[in-house]
Amino acid sequence: MTTVLAAKPGEAATKIPLLSWFEECTKDSISLVGGKCASLGELISSGARVPPGFALTTAGFAEFMRAAGIQSEIAGLLQGLDHDNLDRLEKSSAAIRDMIESRPMSIELEDLIGEAYRKLSVRCCQASVPVAIRSSATAEDLPGASFAGQQDTYLWIRGFDDVIHHVRRCISSLYTARAIAYRSKMGFPHDQVAISVGVQKMANAYAAGVMFTLHPATGDRSVIVIDANFGFGESVVSGEVTPDHFVVNKVTLDILERTISTKLMCYTVDPRVQKSVATEVPFERQSIQCLIDDEITELAWMAKKIEKHYGRPMDIEWAVDKALPAGGNIYILQARPETIWSNRQPAATVTATASAMDYIVSSLLAGKRLM
Amino acid sequence: MQFPNPHDVKAKTIPGTEGWERMYPYQYQFVTDDAERNRYEKETFWFYDGLHYPEPLYPFDTIWDEAWYLALSQFNNRIFQVPPVRGVDHRIINGYVYISPVPVRDPEEIGARVPNFMERAGYYYKNWDDLEAKWKVKMEATIAELEALEIPRLPEVEDLSIVTDGVGESRGYHLIKNYDDLINLGIKCWQYHFEFLNLGYAAYVFFMDFAQKLFPSIPLQRVTQMISGIDVIMYRPDDELKGLAKKAILLGVDRAVTEHREWEDVKVAVARSPGGAEWLAAFEKARYPWFNISSGTGWFHTDRSWNDNLGIPLSGIQTYINKIRSGANIDRPMEQVRAERDRITAEYRELIANEADRQQFDELLGCAKTVFPYVENHLFYVEHWFHSVFWNKIRQVAAVMKEHGILDDVEDIWYLRRDEIKQALWDIVTAWATGVKPRGTKTWPTEIEWRKGVMQKFREWRAPPAIGVAPEVIQEPFTIVLWGVTNKSLSDWASVQDVGDPDSITEMKGFAASPGIVEGKARVCFGAEEIRDLMEDEILVAPTTSPSWAPAFAKIKACITDVGGVMSHAAIVCREYGMPAVVGTGYATKVIKSGMSLRVDGSSGHITIVR
Repeated sequence: MTTVLAAKPGEAATKIPLLSWFEECTKDSISLVGGKCASLGELISSGARVPPGFALTTAGFAEFMRAAGIQSEIAGLLQGLDHDNLDRLEKSSAAIRDMIESRPMSIELEDLIGEAYRKLSVRCCQASVPVAIRSSATAEDLPGASFAGQQDTYLWIRGFDDVIHHVRRCISSLYTARAIAYRSKMGFPHDQVAISVGVQKMANAYAAGVMFTLHPATGDRSVIVIDANFGFGESVVSGEVTPDHFVVNKVTLDILERTISTKLMCYTVDPRVQKSVATEVPFERQSIQCLIDDEITELAWMAKKIEKHYGRPMDIEWAVDKALPAGGNIYILQARPETIWSNRQPAATVTATASAMDYIVSSLLAGKRLM
Repeated sequence: MQFPNPHDVKAKTIPGTEGWERMYPYQYQFVTDDAERNRYEKETFWFYDGLHYPEPLYPFDTIWDEAWYLALSQFNNRIFQVPPVRGVDHRIINGYVYISPVPVRDPEEIGARVPNFMERAGYYYKNWDDLEAKWKVKMEATIAELEALEIPRLPEVEDLSIVTDGVGESRGYHLIKNYDDLINLGIKCWQYHFEFLNLGYAAYVFFMDFAQKLFPSIPLQRVTQMISGIDVIMYRPDDELKGLAKKAILLGVDRAVTEHREWEDVKVAVARSPGGAEWLAAFEKARYPWFNISSGTGWFHTDRSWNDNLGIPLSGIQTYINKIRSGANIDRPMEQVRAERDRITAEYRELIANEADRQQFDELLGCAKTVFPYVENHLFYVEHWFHSVFWNKIRQVAAVMKEHGILDDVEDIWYLRRDEIKQALWDIVTAWATGVKPRGTKTWPTEIEWRKGVMQKFREWRAPPAIGVAPEVIQEPFTIVLWGVTNKSLSDWASVQDVGDPDSITEMKGFAASPGIVEGKARVCFGAEEIRDLMEDEILVAPTTSPSWAPAFAKIKACITDVGGVMSHAAIVCREYGMPAVVGTGYATKVIKSGMSLRVDGSSGHITIVR
């Protein structure tokens, strides 16, 4: 948090940062950095390693709009707009987005983003680290918070100019025709809308997948179950491959079960088109374990910390970064509460506590069913 | 599940062994001349007790099988009245023991047994510590009686004191009487053996069962770890070796102790050194009772004790001296074991979803911890201390029989049933009294030669793991916890596991007994006397291990056994040392050869042979 927004007259005491590193965010930062970036910050405070990055805050967004000097023009273009008039909506949207993407940004803000991007690159040991740039909605208090469904994500962006350009594109996504129409319809004033933009290192996954902090088949909370494939996690999430499957003891972190599958394909990045592409896994790698045991243990260790932080079973996306050294290459991309088992009312194994003696007698009477 | 019919299996007599039935008690036979008994045998499920009897049983060694046949069954059925199960029935085919839990089928009868069981077993659980203290007194008195028991030789002329003291009894009478006393002490010792054991195992097995209900993926090794770190006397003999190693260094006799391989040479060398007398005194003190520990399970006469072969404890002391010299700490890491036990227990407990289950967990864990010391300690008193002394007393009886021409060799006595020995002793004493030659001098040596041949043929026969008809439910706690009779083991048994060509096997599976993965060279040891050949960082492969193998664990980096579960000695010790163990592989010693490269995964139970 290096610079603060020059306070508006009358608000002299409050200093709101224009940029905020993810590690400075928590779940209470939604109004400042939006839901997505706030949850990444919260994940970091759980002790998980998350691909580093920063957010242009809503204050930074306001500063951008102020410096561009286009607020009154935008207000004019939106004046009296009928949300059913699609033709006019499209025209106004195009004009506003063009303004946002072409007007000069304040030098102060440009320097701020540039410096943060440089620091991020240094942190990642790369000259110009590829990043994901995405808008992060703040209007969580609105009914149907997904009104900002127009929000964009740009992947594999490299270099200062491209970063600045895509930050603008994210801001301008606030004025897509659909978004304008939605706000008009809901009676939400356009000049009160705010957006935050997250800039995050791309995890260049050697292997990736998902893990649960309970056994999805039995609900057993003493294990962590990991599904993994080479490349990005989308092959695992989408079910395009049968992943490698590991069951790890949550208490002791040793691997209880491993199932190594034949993994025919995976997703890797094509740097020229900046997209992930489906690739065939070379024959000689198809049937080998895609993670080393130390990585499995570290993943489980992180999952355990995350679960403890959130206080409930979690469903976690992760990746092992190929550009980073062992011991620091595991990234947690996302963590959500597990819903299937957690929504069931956990039935007690015993209806009421019995003395050891009573329990032994009733167990003896039940016996051990063999078939 | 249908297994081979027992009578069909028995009917295929191995050529040359016809008449083998006379080597064992008649009630152990599967029969065809009694329709009712025959039908019962056919409809019952019998499994081969490979856990206790990896080899066919010598006629004499049948004593402990009969002893536990009686003791286990009486405590289950007549003393505590375990509601759904009576006793465990026994049969024998070709020297291999088959057993079967006998259920109570009538629900009304089961119900009627419940109050009895609650009252009686409840009394034991409630007063466990007091009763256990009483047990120890009884047991030690029994052993003292055994140790004091004399097996007299028969003199040409009785001592004059028999006359002057007016004794009125001959050595001949004392020989047969003391033989009876010897046998009776053995049977009594096994009465005590089972006094607590059924209840102990029940507490244990249902704690494990409950933990697995709460956490279906919990490895059994972790459940047993929650009951680890409790001091039990089975470790004491090994601790004595460690103490002697430290004392040797302290007194400066360590060179003398390590420079010879044979105990007799060491004894001479140490005696010559200053401080040697003090060390030798300490050594002698440790021998009684702590070296009365068997190099095997203690179940067979072939299992000799440290006192019988001082080379075994010597090699242990030497290992520890070398460890201390190299700067290693040889003490058992009890503090870490306990800290890890407490951490694991607390974490699992935390994961229990509701209060009722958590309380039940505490209740059962507490009970399992109470019974644990007995479940371990009885082994030292019965299988090791008592048995080691007992086998040697029987050897003294054999020496008398040899002297009178009944046996060619002391070790031939094991081919006779204990009631046959009694008969032969009568033959001897009456012939001695009368001044004639015993009849048995002509008959027994021939019979024993024939029996030796039969036993050899039995060893070459492979006992089917199960015969008869499997039940749907097993309620006998021993059957579940000790023999691991589960759905899975049944289906493994049903699909007869042909080992195939042992030279082509590259993967084996056993019970995951202690976690971790290592790679290394195999060292196959069949007996405790072979562990002195172990090199640092080898992987020990053994039929099974017992406390007298303890020094081996200071050298190795993993352990594999043929027989045993997660409660077996190898499993417990490896968990303490933090090294991987895979136990109960069935046939690791038949497949693995010393020097092979192995990968052992103690978390999953997989063994890979790198060929």
